[in-house]
Amino acid sequence: MPDTPVLQAIGVTRSFDVSKPWLQRTLTRKGRLLLRAVDDINFSIARGSTLSLVGESGCGKSTVARLAVGLYAPSAGQILFEGKALSAARAQPALRRRMNMIFQDPYASLNPRWRVRDIVAEPIRAFALLSSRSAIVERVGALLTQVGLSPADGEKFPHEFSGGQRQRISIARALSSEPAFLVCDEPTSALDVSVQAQILNLMRDLQMRLGLTYLFISHNLAVVRHMSDRLGVMYLGRIVELGPGEAVFRTPRHPYTRLLLEAIPDLAMTGKPRTPVGGEVPSPIDPPPGCSFHPRCPLANARCRIERPAHTLLADPQGEVLVACHAVEEGRHAA
Amino acid sequence: MTLLEVDGLTVEFPTRRGLLRALDQVSFSIGAGEVLGVVGESGAGKSLTGAAIIGLLEPPGRIAGGQIRLDGRRIDTPTREQLRPIRGRQIGAIFQDPLTTLNPLYSIGRQLVETIQTHLQLSDRDARARAVRWLEEVGIPAARQRIGAYPHEFSGGMRQRVVIALALCAEPRLLIADEPTTALDVSVQAQIIALLKRLTRDHGTAVMLVTHDMGVIAEAADRVAVMYAGRIAEIGPVRAVVQQPAHPYTQGLMDSIPSLQHRVGRLRQIDGAMPRLTAIPAGCAFSPRCPKVFHRCRVERPDLFDAGDTRAACWLYDA
Ligand SMILES: Nc1ncnc2c1ncn2[C@@H]1O[C@H](COP(=O)(O)OP(=O)(O)OP(=O)(O)O)[C@@H](O)[C@H]1O
Ligand SMILES: Nc1ncnc2c1ncn2[C@@H]1O[C@H](COP(=O)(O)OP(=O)(O)OP(=O)(O)O)[C@@H](O)[C@H]1O
Ligand code: SF4
Ligand code: SF4
Ligand SMILES: [Mg+2]
Ligand SMILES: [Mg+2]
Repeated sequence: MPDTPVLQAIGVTRSFDVSKPWLQRTLTRKGRLLLRAVDDINFSIARGSTLSLVGESGCGKSTVARLAVGLYAPSAGQILFEGKALSAARAQPALRRRMNMIFQDPYASLNPRWRVRDIVAEPIRAFALLSSRSAIVERVGALLTQVGLSPADGEKFPHEFSGGQRQRISIARALSSEPAFLVCDEPTSALDVSVQAQILNLMRDLQMRLGLTYLFISHNLAVVRHMSDRLGVMYLGRIVELGPGEAVFRTPRHPYTRLLLEAIPDLAMTGKPRTPVGGEVPSPIDPPPGCSFHPRCPLANARCRIERPAHTLLADPQGEVLVACHAVEEGRHAA
Repeated sequence: MTLLEVDGLTVEFPTRRGLLRALDQVSFSIGAGEVLGVVGESGAGKSLTGAAIIGLLEPPGRIAGGQIRLDGRRIDTPTREQLRPIRGRQIGAIFQDPLTTLNPLYSIGRQLVETIQTHLQLSDRDARARAVRWLEEVGIPAARQRIGAYPHEFSGGMRQRVVIALALCAEPRLLIADEPTTALDVSVQAQIIALLKRLTRDHGTAVMLVTHDMGVIAEAADRVAVMYAGRIAEIGPVRAVVQQPAHPYTQGLMDSIPSLQHRVGRLRQIDGAMPRLTAIPAGCAFSPRCPKVFHRCRVERPDLFDAGDTRAACWLYDA
């Protein structure tokens, strides 16, 4: 079925139990303390396309990434991979092989005691994609070359590489199982811009050639603009704006998206000061009532402090955009 | 006033595959209150330069030549064990990998309090209050509530901010910040940069800021050093390096930055890869990838020449 999205999240929530003896003492509140890292989110990713997620540090992007490949189970809601429940899909090696993840932390995801060639070959062996030794050696060499390393680097151990080189090893590893769906959590954050350009071009080439589907996470908004077909903006565990990437970049509608785009550093050095999103970053343990962005929102009013905004569907020349904001719904956001 | 002087620093790794020269004659200085940005190809030696200055080169890596001076005093000598206490108090470090800095077994509050108490004579209570303040400074929400949490309970960017707080709470005179803002969103990034700039201004702290983010460089650095294959390819005032780079590598680097204004099908890239340390070409290390290469580049290695407002290691500027 060509129309079935590769990945679909339906009302997905993920909470973490953060009750601690110490915390309980401090808060003088008894009982369990839950941190809702991801709160009732919905999205789908069509085959061969890229959905990017952006948002403040701690807003839940990596948690979504881990949910999307089944490393975390949702506390509520459902994730479908090619139309099947993710947990059922992961039970089948043939489907499990089709998804992989590049982790935010390249250090933690590489086994320090393994040689790089074994790290990269591990998925090939685990899924028995190639059997002959020489075919594996050749494939690993080709993968290392693709990410700008050399086949001879396979002999070395992770600690012999720089940060960006390790990140490239984890990219080579993620590509080695020939996944159809790849979750990329900050895949190029440790790379200089020229290697970054090489990797991003490689990712786009693979997408064009093999129809790869990406869930892409980055704080670098220029990179996100380059890579995304669709873009989701997250705030405190929720998706507050979701639509075609160009629609969101050209006409940001949610007040948080607008502030986020204004906070980008300025390479032209016009001396224009950046406007960081003002106000306190709220605690995800005790999120503000109503719209959780209201303490920092220039458009907040009484309704925002009480009622949580639902998603409004808006038309844009690029396609439909979903925005969770009362001001947008009431049409008082245009500025 | 020059605080840090690095003079002809050379770092080598003896390996089974032969002697690797990872840093080759690197020289620069940083003044009190100045931010030196360091950019360059992944694997060029930026982190090693920082590690050598802090005295944390991991064996078998070793300083094979050159000098490092802090306030005129050498800190690279074999008796560095004796100097370590000074180094700990005077030089702070934010490492590229936040997880190796944080101990997973201790709460972040405990780690901060311990660091503060090794540098300052403070009671547990005062040290704890100070720890909360630093967490607030780096923008950890609900710092008072979360100070008892363990590193794995934080997101990537929050861990990075805890590491920044750990480095700053000892109030060092020289700060080596290796990719301090990579895992941070643009807004927190702006806050951290403002904090760094305030520290350099108010306390005269000297900062070596390693980052791949040219936006951060443009905003935070006074001068920039561009590294390639273990050497400095170009060094100069930030505006000149970012807007009129002289060295062909720096030019290629600036051209590779994706634009936020418009979307292109393919990003410009510098074709090829940086040479491996075991196979650095004779002459200019960038020559196999350089669009402007000429005969001399392949045989002789260029030193730094004056190139407009910057200095560039490129034969094009041999007057
Ligand atoms: N295992 C865990 N236990 C408790 N809390 C957690 C856990 N994992 C994540 N969290 C919390 O969930 C929230 C979202 O974390 P997540 O890692 O998804 O953020 P993120 O958007 O990826 O941030 P960053 O941009 O900094 O990587 C944070 O407040 C974090 O502290
Ligand atoms: N223990 C080691 N043994 C052998 N070579 C090493 C070792 N540690 C680092 N190197 C090499 O030294 C070079 C410089 O590494 P360094 O970590 O300084 O790079 P970097 O400029 O910080 O790169 P990145 O931007 O990717 O972090 C790299 O080519 C790396 O492979
Ligand atoms: S709902 Fe209200 S507080 Fe929330 S973003 Fe919209 S205007 Fe601001
Ligand atoms: S010295 Fe020659 S090869 Fe090297 S950067 Fe200059 S022009 Fe290019
Ligand atoms: Mg994350
Ligand atoms: Mg490094």
